[in-house]
Amino acid sequence: MVDQWRRVGRARTGTPRLVWGAVTLAVLVLGAVFLPWLGELDESLIHYESVRLAPSLEHPFGTDAGGRDLLLRAFAGLRVSLLVAVLCAVISTVLGVLIGGLSGAVGGWPDRLMMRFVDTLNSVPHLLLGIVIVALYRGNLTAVVASIALTHWTTVARIVRAEVLSLRERPFIDAAISGGASRWRILHRHLVPAVVPQAAMSAVLLLPHAVWHETALSFLGLGLPPHMASIGNILAESRAAVMTGAWWVVAFPSLVLIATTLAVSGLASVWRDRLVPRRRSELAL
Amino acid sequence: MRSRARDIAALALRRLVFAVPVLCVVAVGVFLLGAASPFDPIHQYYGVQIFSASAEEIAQAREALGLNDSLIVQFGRWAGGLLSGDLGVSRSFRQPVAQVIGERLPWTLLLVVVGLVLAVLIALVLGVLAAWRQGGWLDRCVTAIGHALEGIPPFVLALVAIAVFSLSLGWFPVAGLTDAGAEATLGQVASHLALPALVLAVSQTPWLVLHVRQSLLTALSEDHVTGARARGLAEHVVVLRHALPTALLPFVTLIGARVPELVTGAVLVEEVFSWPGVASAVVRAALAVDFPLLVVLSLLATAAVLIGSLLADVAAAVLDPRVAVDG
Repeated sequence: MVDQWRRVGRARTGTPRLVWGAVTLAVLVLGAVFLPWLGELDESLIHYESVRLAPSLEHPFGTDAGGRDLLLRAFAGLRVSLLVAVLCAVISTVLGVLIGGLSGAVGGWPDRLMMRFVDTLNSVPHLLLGIVIVALYRGNLTAVVASIALTHWTTVARIVRAEVLSLRERPFIDAAISGGASRWRILHRHLVPAVVPQAAMSAVLLLPHAVWHETALSFLGLGLPPHMASIGNILAESRAAVMTGAWWVVAFPSLVLIATTLAVSGLASVWRDRLVPRRRSELAL
Repeated sequence: MRSRARDIAALALRRLVFAVPVLCVVAVGVFLLGAASPFDPIHQYYGVQIFSASAEEIAQAREALGLNDSLIVQFGRWAGGLLSGDLGVSRSFRQPVAQVIGERLPWTLLLVVVGLVLAVLIALVLGVLAAWRQGGWLDRCVTAIGHALEGIPPFVLALVAIAVFSLSLGWFPVAGLTDAGAEATLGQVASHLALPALVLAVSQTPWLVLHVRQSLLTALSEDHVTGARARGLAEHVVVLRHALPTALLPFVTLIGARVPELVTGAVLVEEVFSWPGVASAVVRAALAVDFPLLVVLSLLATAAVLIGSLLADVAAAVLDPRVAVDG
């Protein structure tokens, strides 16, 4: 089962996409880690002498309504967005692998019931369900993470279940059973390693989705509290600024956000093309 | 053929029956979420006046509102109200929920239908042109822009559209349903509708356009299309009459499956453009923890998703006699 990983490493499809995605993402992540720290951004300070300055050498992205440098703010926001997204992707993937894997391995009526439940959960628009959860448990990071994780595990669960169902029919599992392997041994030596590449890929595919979701919630005023401003919070604040013609307040934070989601989903699509060579990539957002 | 029509009707009926438990589970789920919420409904009932109310008054109100009953009794009372048409009262709008929805649903339907029709038209025209001249400049532009647009959230599109078309060019009004204080005449609404509907359409187009292109490319390489070409039929007849119909069958299903994204897009677009529809009411209700309205709106959105996929399946079965309807 390790050759699944090797295949991804050796395949040559989509190399330009891989390079571009990796370089863009590296620049953005390095920026998110180091820029706010180097620039000593203090979100609580308001600089009256530099309110809404257009982009210049001193402030490449301009400044916002509080006179704060937007380059620093955008990357600090990106850091928050990425942290939330990684947290959500990990939680959804773990939930999805556990539920999907168990459902597929157990089979029978528990499996049918679980899949009906997944269908039901998927028929509520995810942003709406997220809004309801955040509204009822508002005001903190946990609510946002829970609202995203609880609406996104279903995709992973479906993929993992399908994988487990197809693995159960393979000869090597039969061989393991006739060789006298225990259930536990089959699970951790044969099923889990085979499912891991798929699960890891769906975790990466979930990242842009989670960033998107968090940004939308924060933009609507239902997401993260103002003291941990993500790009969504910055964009929500910038709605008033747009009306006064300060285009940079929307343009640059949006560009950082868009570049991030495109880089991640580009990388994920290369990975998917190599893992499942038949299917053409479609960005899952 | 008659039995086919009856089969399709049976399919629709079966799906409608299946929708009932789904809606029930959603209702129970949202109710449980509300019950487990740290927000005390008594605060919502009193608002700021809770600070001037005595403990005794609060206890009385609690009893009168039935908040001391068990969860099952409360759910039964609430579900009974829902079934008898009493949807409760929305606090954030200070109106009965039924009235809020009655006033706002038509505007959302108008926005979503116009947006969806625009998106489908754009997708069909661009998708067909791109697939017809595969690898040409138009194809490369459409594919690149399509993939890029998938990464742009609708609210960024909306803000950019306002900055460019309303503020810089002055072509469209910034927000709202009409100019301040004006009557909702056809011209007023149409000019205010144009930009939000266009933004909603553009935010939905990438998936549709890439799908049309891909399935038309597949259809163009099929035998019956090669046959049509060999018979010397005109190019537009080959593409539009022979390739396109087979390519569009999965497209119908795709449109039905995109209702959740359409709802999401409507929430964001209505919010940015202050469009007075039910989707922006979701945000207002959520900010005010307006539980009765939130529940009904969730059920409404779920029903929309189920109806969307039902309509798509029925349309696919009607259009394509090969589609099995007994599953």
